[in-house]
Amino acid sequence: MAPGLEPGAAIGKPLVIAGLTRRFRAGKRLVTALDGVSAETSAGLVTGLIGPDGAGKTTLMRLIAGLLRADAGSVRVFGTDVRADPLAVQGMLSYMPQRFGLYEDLTVQENLDLYADLQGVATAARPERYRELLHMTGLAPFTARLAGRLSGGMKQKLGLACTLIRAPRLLLLDEPTVGVDPVSRRELWEIVDHLVRKAGMSVLLSTAYLDEAERCDEVLLLHEGQLIGAGRPGGFTQAMAGRSFHFRLPGRSKRALQAALATVQGVTDAVIQGEAVRVVLEPGMAPEAVQLPGFSGLTITPVPPRFEDRFVDLLRARSGARGGIVPVAEAAQAGTAETVIEVSNLVKRFGGFAAVDGISFSVRRGEIFGLLGANGAGKSTTFRMLCGLLPASSGRLQVDGFDLHHAAAVARGRLGYMAQKFSLYGELSVAQNLRFFAAAYGLTGARRAARLDWALREFELGPRADVTSRDLPLGFKQRMALACALMHEPDVLFLDEPTSGVDPLARREFWRRINALAESGVTVLVTTHFMEEAEYCDRLVIMAQGRILATGTSEELKAATRSASLPEPTMEDAFIALIMADNAKTVEAAA
Amino acid sequence: MNERAMRLRGLIRKESLQILRDPSSIAIAFILPAVLLLLFGFGVSLDARHVTLGLVVEQPSAAAASLTAQFRQSPYFVPQEFSNAGTAQTALADGRIEGFVWLRANFARQLSAGHDPAIGLFVNGTDANNARIIENYVQQSWTIWGAQQTGSANPAPIAVQPRIWFNPAVRSRDYLVPGLIAVIMTLTGALLTALVIAREWERGTMEALMVTKISMHEILISKLIPYFLLGMGGMVVSVLIAVTLFGVPLRGSPLVLGLAASLFMLASLGMGLVISTVAKNQFVAGQIAIITTFLPAFILSGFIFDISSMPPPIQLVTHIVAARYFVSILQTLFLAGTVWSVVLPNLFALAVMAAVFLGVARLVARKRLD
Repeated sequence: MAPGLEPGAAIGKPLVIAGLTRRFRAGKRLVTALDGVSAETSAGLVTGLIGPDGAGKTTLMRLIAGLLRADAGSVRVFGTDVRADPLAVQGMLSYMPQRFGLYEDLTVQENLDLYADLQGVATAARPERYRELLHMTGLAPFTARLAGRLSGGMKQKLGLACTLIRAPRLLLLDEPTVGVDPVSRRELWEIVDHLVRKAGMSVLLSTAYLDEAERCDEVLLLHEGQLIGAGRPGGFTQAMAGRSFHFRLPGRSKRALQAALATVQGVTDAVIQGEAVRVVLEPGMAPEAVQLPGFSGLTITPVPPRFEDRFVDLLRARSGARGGIVPVAEAAQAGTAETVIEVSNLVKRFGGFAAVDGISFSVRRGEIFGLLGANGAGKSTTFRMLCGLLPASSGRLQVDGFDLHHAAAVARGRLGYMAQKFSLYGELSVAQNLRFFAAAYGLTGARRAARLDWALREFELGPRADVTSRDLPLGFKQRMALACALMHEPDVLFLDEPTSGVDPLARREFWRRINALAESGVTVLVTTHFMEEAEYCDRLVIMAQGRILATGTSEELKAATRSASLPEPTMEDAFIALIMADNAKTVEAAA
Repeated sequence: MNERAMRLRGLIRKESLQILRDPSSIAIAFILPAVLLLLFGFGVSLDARHVTLGLVVEQPSAAAASLTAQFRQSPYFVPQEFSNAGTAQTALADGRIEGFVWLRANFARQLSAGHDPAIGLFVNGTDANNARIIENYVQQSWTIWGAQQTGSANPAPIAVQPRIWFNPAVRSRDYLVPGLIAVIMTLTGALLTALVIAREWERGTMEALMVTKISMHEILISKLIPYFLLGMGGMVVSVLIAVTLFGVPLRGSPLVLGLAASLFMLASLGMGLVISTVAKNQFVAGQIAIITTFLPAFILSGFIFDISSMPPPIQLVTHIVAARYFVSILQTLFLAGTVWSVVLPNLFALAVMAAVFLGVARLVARKRLD
């Protein structure tokens, strides 16, 4: 018997993980990335490793691949202990790290050649394997192109092709769908499905997108280093059957309705979805039992459960907390006031490349307006121009009545900006960060004291005021970044990918605050590649390759895609349909 | 082809393609060396030539005129006359002249009377080294002039017949340029290697490599071979520039030069590999490489500053600088020839350093991320 091999049925299991614990030293602190995780996966299935950023997904992947050593516990891949024989395990699996592991200064073909050499693929077998992989990924026309010149989606597919150059028994994909557009995301899933069905491969795929869980055969739910659930996604979703409803009240603010619903006893979850509020109730509670004084004439329709409902349910059960209650003062005429942001024919060129290519839109006071698009669509560039951080190549843009060409500094004083990844000073404490931003915005005296006090109270940062901000959990970092951006009470708030990677509870709490701000008359602009988040916006534009493909409410955008075969299109369906139509148009124009 | 050979071939081919496509590797391997060579070959010189020297002649006389002529003939001086010491002093303070010779009014009289005619020499001592050189030159000119004054009361007491070995022209360039080759090879060996591996960490490609069946040996070898060749290429280019453009003689055996360079290159690569396992981003790797390899090669190798005139503790430190042994070999091979008594111990030291650094690199390089 080979060393590290275990007799019995475990040999057939791609993964048997037992009591796996791994800690990291971060400065003086010891962070537990994985905390006694035990799990098994089944052969020939796609197993989803689901959890928000910081849940321990990458650490688990690296432990399986033998790149890290566990502090306790063991991992067996098809019966072989990783610690005892990492080379044998590495011979059985292929691993695609988060950034795909591509050499950007090598061409597509050279990358394939390299990995074929590394994986010991016989020269005679190569042409056939290359043809197969290039066909599957649609990269055949681009073999001579440098990997660095490929789009995000194409890089991801090349990464996958390199990983698959020798058909592994177990395929590890670490967040393969992060940051790529929905079309590429869908194509990737088709490839993975194909692999599992045709080649009988076992796949472990990690993701922070909860909607992808439903595409997996089985899932492992990871949260803060602990396994909080495992099983078939259908089982998770089914457990929530009969608990989800749409609440509607035309003529009233959906945000006020949502805020009211969120505080009702027996409501597990309440989020805005287009014009309705999607509510998840506690088991056994009838929707008619929801007591909502002041909101009469509600229309209630049952909706199918989704995976996220179960995840939120599990998290709520764990934390017990319901988060701070943010009262929403219903504005008299929200969303109908004057135009605050006006953008027309805005262009930004970098050399010969148009990152933003003639876009126009306008945003009214108190509106939440979304820019939806994949990485590289031009969202962040548009944002930087709106904030006066980047001069436009041509076109007009006005924020709060000021032309950013002439009065960028004045306009900047009225807007708040929360950058992607939260631009905070990691070495400073929470209080020091807040004081710094207060000073940066020129607050003095009583107003400064009042705002600092407000930030600590409103965002419940008081107990953590002296914590070094780098050591804060992601959700708290996000809160603090928002507090800093709101320090000077701006009229307009820009949020760049604000909830990317944070867990669903933190995201809900974040949006509760944003809703309250919008109701109080603050105009909010948000970029996101997150389809779910688009539902929270009053109106949005869908962007691709620097252009706007469509503008409207999420209901309007979804309605445009509705057909006999797709009676209930999701935001993602709408997005994909728009991109497909646009691609067809481009091809037509080129022909 | 067995799998191991196939993996090595793939990695070496990849590394070579990256070198060819990345302008920064080419710049570090070939352009930076050329710039350094030109800078040191043409720009930096430790010789004092064309010194602007003031001559204060208070009272013209035949003797004074002949001494002035002596200074004029010298290749080292560009004399400039002043009528009194005051204006010369101002010129010195302003930096227009680097020093001045003061012949007092009684110079000719003292001379003809048989007394020792004291002359004054004032030198700008800001650059002490330069000042000492000027002082020497003036002394020499003065001595020569005195010897020529037949019947004068100031004959040179001892006739010094200087003969300078190994570098008869006493051109500092001839020993700077060979030493520079060591500095240049450090750039490719340690700095470039540390940078490219750090880049693999940064871009996440190292993580992907490590999950393949490749062993750590193979990863190290695949980095060593291309950068070894690149460094040796840089060395050959530098030697050619030194010999053809600067006319530095190469008196020793080119074969021994090649051997010494190979050993030094291996030691440098070893250091680069060790650095890259510690520093996983390019900025830190670059900083560490410059501080631990490039600067010592510059300062502590005897390339510019003579090791025997350093304080003893610093001299001790120079023993762990691989460049020290290589510079010593280079200067010997270029200027003196293959002097085995100098070359052998240094070759041995280089071999030990190469073995130690490569060994340490192998020990610290683990096929894991922690």
